[in-house]
Order: sequence, then structure tokens, then C-alpha cells
Amino acid sequence: MDLIEFPAMGRSDLRELRIAIDGAFREFTRAYGETLENIFHPIQILLVFIENLLIDSPWILVLAALAGLVWALGRSLKIVAGTVLALLAIGYFGMWEDTMRTIAMVAVCTLIAVVIGIPTGILMARSDRSNATITPILDMMQTMPSFVYLIPVVMIFGLGKVPGVIAVVIYAVPPIIRLTNLGIRQVPADVLEAAEAFGSSARQKLMDVQLPLALPTIMAGVNQTIMMSLAMVVVASMIGVRGLGQPVLQAINNQYFTLGVMNGLAIVAIAIIFDRATQAYGKRLQKHLEAVHG
Amino acid sequence: MAEAIHDIEIRNLYKIFGPNAAAYVDSVKNGMTKEELKAKHNHVLGLDDINLTIPAGKIQVVMGLSGSGKSTLIRHINRLIDPTAGELLFEGKDVVKMSESELREFRRQKTGMVFQKFALFPHRTVLENTTYGLSIRGVSRREADERARRWISRVGLDGFEESYPNQLSGGMQQRVGLARALTNDAEILLMDEAFSALDPLIRTDMQSVLLDLQSELKKTIVFITHDLDEALRLGERIAILRDGRIIQQGTGEQIVLRPKDDYIASFVRDVRRGHVITVRTIMRKGAQAESPVTLPATTLLEEAARAMTNAEVSRANIVNRDGQHIGMITLSKCVAEMIAPDDTEEVDPETEVA
Ligand SMILES: Nc1ncnc2c1ncn2[C@@H]1O[C@H](COP(=O)(O)OP(=O)(O)OP(=O)(O)O)[C@@H](O)[C@H]1O
Ligand SMILES: [Mg+2]
Repeated sequence: MDLIEFPAMGRSDLRELRIAIDGAFREFTRAYGETLENIFHPIQILLVFIENLLIDSPWILVLAALAGLVWALGRSLKIVAGTVLALLAIGYFGMWEDTMRTIAMVAVCTLIAVVIGIPTGILMARSDRSNATITPILDMMQTMPSFVYLIPVVMIFGLGKVPGVIAVVIYAVPPIIRLTNLGIRQVPADVLEAAEAFGSSARQKLMDVQLPLALPTIMAGVNQTIMMSLAMVVVASMIGVRGLGQPVLQAINNQYFTLGVMNGLAIVAIAIIFDRATQAYGKRLQKHLEAVHG
Repeated sequence: MAEAIHDIEIRNLYKIFGPNAAAYVDSVKNGMTKEELKAKHNHVLGLDDINLTIPAGKIQVVMGLSGSGKSTLIRHINRLIDPTAGELLFEGKDVVKMSESELREFRRQKTGMVFQKFALFPHRTVLENTTYGLSIRGVSRREADERARRWISRVGLDGFEESYPNQLSGGMQQRVGLARALTNDAEILLMDEAFSALDPLIRTDMQSVLLDLQSELKKTIVFITHDLDEALRLGERIAILRDGRIIQQGTGEQIVLRPKDDYIASFVRDVRRGHVITVRTIMRKGAQAESPVTLPATTLLEEAARAMTNAEVSRANIVNRDGQHIGMITLSKCVAEMIAPDDTEEVDPETEVA
């Protein structure tokens, strides 16, 4: 037997297999594509609404609102000052509108990731079986090249905002699920036992003890989710998501060095703003843990 | 105030740890030992035929070395651990058979618990920790706060209501633990080595706090310890656990005077006997002494000896609670009993050979 050549299935068999699967999927798309689009339509409405709000409002108000949000999260003047300066520079270099689109996109994606991720993480923390089932799925979501799942998403939804959001959420939701799970599992057993001894129901244990104690860890997950959705913005621009990713893509195709760098830096700037603000918030949540006594 | 009126009755309680526990209960009932169970079936015998009546309104101490099953036993009382067999009766109901919701109600209304490692909620202030039990059973915030503040004050933590647990020393944290359990205002108070993590001085201090509170609260307290001095100081009844079995139970005095076996004897050897034994136990019943000194029956030997020495007499009369004469005691008998019996007397010649 020839051990050099791997005994692969015949070329024609392989092609037929591919054609069969592709055909079946196309069939599925034709049959349910419209239903799915309708189901996901609210995402489009929400995204467009936030985009328009950020773009059509006077820039000075938007700037003030963003600064206020960053203050509410971090309570740090330094971070607020950095935010204002960065946004002013972005506006001055003509990237205001694209930046607003990207912020809207990231906001919607993060919101969806939180809504999906926290309950899933809770489920995983509560049952070892669901933990064992979901963990490999998360591994797959994180290692699968994002272009691969762009294909079916685009086949179903075509180009546009919604497939972009879906692709970004698939890419960015695993950390918040994992860290919610981890945060809940890390709650000390003796504290849980105390809650139980006082007669807490499962729900009371979750709301009064597990989630509050897991919150700093969950916030670390939110932070990572935001960072990953920002990173995905450029890839998502390939399927028609507008924002800072598009000029970058354009720059790659036409070798516009400066355009690429400027938009790249704008992405970095908002990444840093989001990161610092959410991290500072996470720190504030942990205030009670600052050890005074050993 | 919930003064305790119901005994806790534990009947034929068995606990086997392991995936197939129920299958081995019968073997254990037929005399299989902890070692055999471990070697043959790889299951751990946690509790072995526990029968114990914990009297209402008293402090019941459970004592034993590490791994003897003390924590396992106390966790059965509020069913944090489910038994493999047996019953646990309170107010005529079997806690073991309670449904999920009945059990929750039982824990909320009838029990409070204090933990060895405090187990406070780190994200809640002292006040919020203390109101926890009331808040989960739906008592209004205002009433809960008011009741909690009273207990925080009773355990001596005035002014620390808004502190977080990690801003407090160990002793203070355990006061919070005690306040949290007391605010529940339940008949039963479960304390698993509640003071073991504290420095000796603070520990004695907390014992005083507990005794002081108990003299007015009269709760049914189950107190776990591996410290004999603590057991003798707090326990109105003491049960000694070894390898999941109760090997002796009685008052501290009974256990010190008549240890049932060598294991317990070695436990009580170093005890200050004069501090535990009362004159009632060793008096000559009915006899009358020519002496100006009269002592209540519950006087400790040390105090009795001091009273006689101070009065420069060698005998004293004993009276009961109503002041009736019931017997007499001599100074020499008193001192003889205070000195631990000679070691050579205690060691069984047979075990020495082995
Ligand atoms: N969940 C469990 N699974 C298996 N074995 C257990 C479990 N919990 C307790 N045990 C065993 O049961 C026995 C009694 O344990 P327990 O914790 O009640 O002892 P303890 O008297 O409280 O000891 P300590 O003084 O160290 O707290 C030990 O042999 C222990 O190994
Ligand atoms: Mg223990």
C-alpha cells in the first residue's frame, strides 16, 4: 500500500459532497432567509437609531455626553480629559462621522453580547453538563477564522449592517460568557453555604451573592468583548459595515498609507477610551475587597 | 424574642460520603467500621448511628478531634448535608423529610448559624450582612435595619455599621457573624468552631459575650469545638465524637469525673478539675459539719477550697438552691479531687503491655 499519498476520498466524491451541502444550505437560505432577516431586523433599527443620534446631534453635545459617560464609569478626570482630547483630534482630522458609526456599532454589539453572554454564563456556572457542552462551542468560536463564518452569514443576510453585527457578536461574545461562568464559580463555597444556611432560594443566592461577587470578573469580560468587537470592525467592513474600518480597507486596497494610519489610530484611541473607562469601573466595583486587615 | 421551647432530637442518624452511599447503610448498621468501609468500598463513614437529644434553651457542645464528624453533624441540623439514613425531629417534624420550601422556611425562621471562617458577605457592609436573613424573608428594609442595629450594638460593634468586613479584625468579623445569626431571632443557633480562628484572649472574650447573651436569650445552641476548656466553659451538655460516633455524652463534670474510655481520659487529663467539678458531686450526702462556712451545691471545688481556707476551717456545709442543708464536704477531700488522679492509676496495665 502506498503510505506517502493519503488515501483521500475521490475528487469527484468530494466535489459532490460539497455541492450537496452547499445546495442544501442555499435551499435553507432561500426558504428561511427572509424569516431570519425579519427576526433580526430590530437590530438594524436599533443600530440605525443610535448611529443617527450620534451623527445628527450637535457634535458638542455628543462630546459632552461621551465625556459624561466616561466619567460615570471611571470617576477619573484623567480619563475624561484623554477622551475629550482624542475625540477633538478625531473630529479635526475629519473622522467624526466614521467614528460615530463605529461607536454605535460597538455599543450595539456589546449590548447584544451582554444580553446573550451573561445568561449563558450563568447557565454554565449552574450546570456542569451545560458547561461541558458549551465550552467546546466557545473554543470553536474563538479559533475559527472569522472569514469562515462570514460566508454563511452573508449567504443568509447578504451584505449590510445586520450580518456585520452578527459576525462581530459571534467573535466577541465568548469572553463575557467565559468570565461570567468563571466569576460565579469563583464565589467562595463558605459564603454560598452561609447564604444557604439562612434559607436563600436559588434565585436569591444568584442575585444577592453570586452575581454581585462575580461582577468585577464579569466586567473584565465586558471589557474584552468591547476590545474584540473593535478589532472586528475592520473585518466587518468587508461585508458592508460602515465606520472606521471602511477607510482602512480602502487604504489597504489602494496603498493609501496616511489614510490607513489615521483611521487605525482613531480605532486605537476609542479602544483605549473604552478600555480605561470600563477597567476603572471594574476597579470601583472591587472597592470592598481592598484589604485593610489581613 | 424567640426563647427555645423545643428539643432537637436526632435519631439513628447515618451519613456515608460517596456516590453509592445508600447501598452501604445496612453493612454499617451491621457493624462495618469506618476503616473497612473505606478500604472495601472507598466510601467515607461520616456519622455512625448518632442518637442525641439537644435540650431546648441549653448550650450543647459537640467535641472531637479533627475529622471526627463535628461539622458533618452540625450541618445535618439545618440539612446543609442530607443524611444517608435517620431522622432529625424538631417541633414534631422530621427535618430530613421536609420539602425544599419547608426546609427554606425552617432555616429562615428557626435557625441561625455562625461559621468558623466567618463566611461574611464581602460585598455587603456590616449592617447589610446583619440584615441578610431578614431581607431574604421579605422583612421591610426599615424594620430589618432597626433590628440589626440593635444586635450590632449588643455585640459591641456600634459605629461600624457601614464598614466592610475586610476592614475589621477577625474578632470583630466574628461579632458580625454572631450579630447576623442573632438578628434572625431564631430558636436554634448553630456554631461550628465559631471561635477557633480567634486569638486566645479574644476567644475568651467572645465566650463571655456568648454566655452573657445566652443568659437572657435562652436559645438552643449547638456549639462545635475541639477545645476542652471551651467545651467545659460553654457546654451545659457535652457530646464527644470519634470516627463519627458519639462515645460519651453528659455534663462537663460527668465527663471529667468519669471518662468512659482512655481516649476521653487522655482528653480530660490536663483539665483544671477544681474549675469544673462542683461540691455537690463529691459531698458526703446528709452529713452535717460543725462549721461556720455554708456553700451552695453548685460551688466549684476551687472556690470551696478558697472559702474554707479563708475561714481557716477544714469542713463546710452544703445547701441546695432553696437553702436546705443537703450534705457536707471536707477540705482534704476537696483538694484530693482537684488534683488529677495519678497518671499511673489511669493507665490500664493491659494497654501498657500492648
Ligand atoms: N463531602 C465529603 N466527601 C467525602 N468525605 C467527607 C466530606 N465531608 C466530610 N468528609 C469526611 O467526613 C469526616 C468528618 O468530617 P468533618 O468535616 O465533619 O470533621 P470535623 O470533625 O468537622 O473536623 P475538623 O475539626 O477538621 O473541622 C472526615 O473523615 C472527612 O474526610
Ligand atoms: Mg469541622
